This record gives sequence, C-alpha cells and structure tokens, in this order.
Amino acid sequence: MSYFNTVLCIFRKDILEEFKSKEVVNSMLVFSLLVVVVFSFIFEPGSDMKNEVVGGILWMSFVFAGLLGLNKSMMTEVQGGNLQALLLSPVDPSSIFFGKVLSNFTFMAMVEIITIPIFTVLYNVNVFAGGALTAAVFFLGTYGFAVLGTLFSLISVNTRTREVMLPLLLLPILVPVILASVQSLNIFVLGHDHALAYPWLKILLIFDIIFTAVVFAVFDFIVEE
Amino acid sequence: MNKEKILDAALILLVPVGLYMAFIYAPVAKSLGPNQKIFYFHVASAWISFFAFFVTFCTSILYLIKDDFCFDDIAESSAEIGLLFCTIVLTTGPIWGKAAWGAWWTWDPRLTTTAILWFIYVGYIMLRKFIDEDSKRARFAAAVGIIGFIDVPIVFFSIRIWKNTIHPNVVQKGGGGLHPMMLHAMFFALLIFTLLYLSLLIKRVRFARAKRRFDALERAS
Repeated sequence: MSYFNTVLCIFRKDILEEFKSKEVVNSMLVFSLLVVVVFSFIFEPGSDMKNEVVGGILWMSFVFAGLLGLNKSMMTEVQGGNLQALLLSPVDPSSIFFGKVLSNFTFMAMVEIITIPIFTVLYNVNVFAGGALTAAVFFLGTYGFAVLGTLFSLISVNTRTREVMLPLLLLPILVPVILASVQSLNIFVLGHDHALAYPWLKILLIFDIIFTAVVFAVFDFIVEE
Repeated sequence: MNKEKILDAALILLVPVGLYMAFIYAPVAKSLGPNQKIFYFHVASAWISFFAFFVTFCTSILYLIKDDFCFDDIAESSAEIGLLFCTIVLTTGPIWGKAAWGAWWTWDPRLTTTAILWFIYVGYIMLRKFIDEDSKRARFAAAVGIIGFIDVPIVFFSIRIWKNTIHPNVVQKGGGGLHPMMLHAMFFALLIFTLLYLSLLIKRVRFARAKRRFDALERAS
C-alpha cells in the first residue's frame, strides 16, 4: 500500500468512527462556543475595545477546544489497543501519524466552520475581511496545531497525567502559531493594510514546514518498539 | 574520576577570583551603580542555559539514532541544569530590569522567548517524571528535546516582528560601550560558569546512571 493510501485509510477510519459516535466534534464545538460566550465578559457591553482582541478570543476558543478533541481522539485510539495494532502493521509509522493529523485537522476545521459564523454574529466583526488571506491563516494555523497537537497527544496519553500533560507540552511550543494567527486576524478585523499580515503568514508557513519535516524525520524513531 | 577532581579544584580556586573580578576589579557603572554587578551572573547564566539546552538537543538526536541510554542520561541532566540556570536568568533579569528601566518585566522579545523556553523545559522535565517505562520515557523526551529547541528561534523571530511593527526595541542589554575591565570580568564569569556547568553535568550524569542501575536491580529482585 502506498504512503498516501495509508494516510487516507487512517483518515477514513477516523471519519467513519466520528460519524457514528459524533463525540469528538460535538464536544469540541460546544466547548468552543462556550469559550466565545464566556470571553465576552471581558468587555463592557457595547465597547469598541473588543475589536482589538477578537482574533485572540477566536483562536483561544479553537485552541481550548482543540486540546479537548486531541485528548479524546487519541484516547479512543489507545484504549482498545488499536494504536499498537496499527503500529504493528507493515506500513510506514509516519503515514499512520499523518492520517491522524489529517483527521484531527478535519475535526478542527468542522468546528471552525460552525464557530466562525456564530462568532461573527455575536461579536459583530468580520474576520473574513482579509478574504483569501484569512482563509490561509485559518488553514495554516489549524494545520500547525494539528501536526504538533497529534504528536504531543500521542506522547501525553502515555503518561500518568495525560489530560494535564498535553497543554503543558503543547502550548509553549505552539506560541508561534497562536501569535501569528491572532496578530494577522487582528490586522484584518481592524482594517489595517493587509500587507502587514504577510510576515505573520510567512511565520505560519515556516513553522508548518519545519515541524512537518521534523516530525516526519523523528516519528519512526519515537514509536519503534 | 581524576579529571573531575581537577575540575572541582579549579572551580574552588577560580570562583573567588571571579567574584573578585565582578565586585572589585570591574568598575562600578556610572548610570546603574552597583546594580550593574548582577550583569556578570545574569549573562553567564543565560549563556549556560542556552548551551545546556543545546546539549540536550544534540544528545536527544544521538539517543534516537544510537539508542544508547548514555545519551538519554546526558540529555536529562543537561536539561535540568539548563532549567536551573534559566530560572536564575528569569530571577536576576527582573531585579536588574527594575533598576535599569524601572519595570520588573517588559514583553521584550528576549524576555518573552526566555520565559517560553523555561516553560518548554519545565514540560520536558515533568514529562520525564510521568512516564514509567524507561525506553518510552527516553524516546518521548527526546522528541520534546528536539522540537522544543527548534521552536525557540521561531518564537524569537515571530515576537520580533510584532515588536517592530508597534514600537522600536528600546532595551538592549550590555550595549556596545562596555568598559574593557567589565569585559574581562564578563568573560571570566562565562568561563567559570562553563566549568561549573561541566562539573554539575558530570555529577548529575553519574547520579542518573546510578539511578538507572538501581531501578534495574529493583525490578530484577
């Protein structure tokens, strides 16, 4: 079986499983909407100050929901011994990993697709003022989150304090992704020159490329038994 | 074994010399006064923490390639020492900062990156404590040791962009015009801290090895 075939098979497995139980996406979605609503208490009602921080709120809701989803999706994999079985199969282990990345990316994207319109209505701002650039920010940011998140969720489910370990490891390392995504969204929302967002997009792209390459290089070593 | 004793003896002799150079030999700074003395300890600690994390990064890669626990012991020990010196940096920095520019903390790129570096390696050490199986612990820790180290330049770079667009970077520590005698004291401090790092590392690695043997014996019995 070719590399990409394996990736797609893992992806299909996860999506089918999710369609049956709907556990991961539903819990992530409710959580992300809840974060959006709870964070609104930071402002005085009707204050304009909110425009300067909406990018941060939106991304924080994705990050928190993402942490929840990553924990859940990796836990189901480990509990039945499924991950062990997958790693024993005669395929490249990193193809299994990237299959998981793809499915985690999709779960995040589904949550974002529902949260963003509701967010737009509640906060009365247009995060898509950047057009294709906004889409690129969401795409690259979510991918960066999915790559490192999947790796660290795999590491943290093997520890005694699984739920705590994931955010502790992931959040500091994810700083470039969160920072770049938040800053570029703020540029779009505040209506600044879109060219100001280019350096941030570059950071996102560099981050995604470097970490995909590094994870690809080290993954076979970390899982070998 | 003998080399270690020589190293320790050299440190016992050199540390008082270093203190003399920092507190008496180097002139008192005009604008900052005696506060500036913290500089020698601060810069040397910063150098050691970065160097120690770099050693962790290299030995993590070596562990994954060679699968030899010796490298894992060095990676763990170096990360712990690095974290210790990083904590010293984050403590002495604000004390100096309060005297130099009137605030304990600013979100300057260098400060922010150092804080993030600290969190990454706290996570690294905690991860090691929470995995029971030896080889799993070593492999996962190696992944964090590699990725965490690569992350820091990216964070530094990204935070710098942000600062440049909003306000210029006012704070530059050290500055260009350091008095030559201050420079001597600083380089001497760097030397002593490097020796101290090596001495601590040797002891800590020996401890890690003993502990690994002890655990193996305990499992066997």
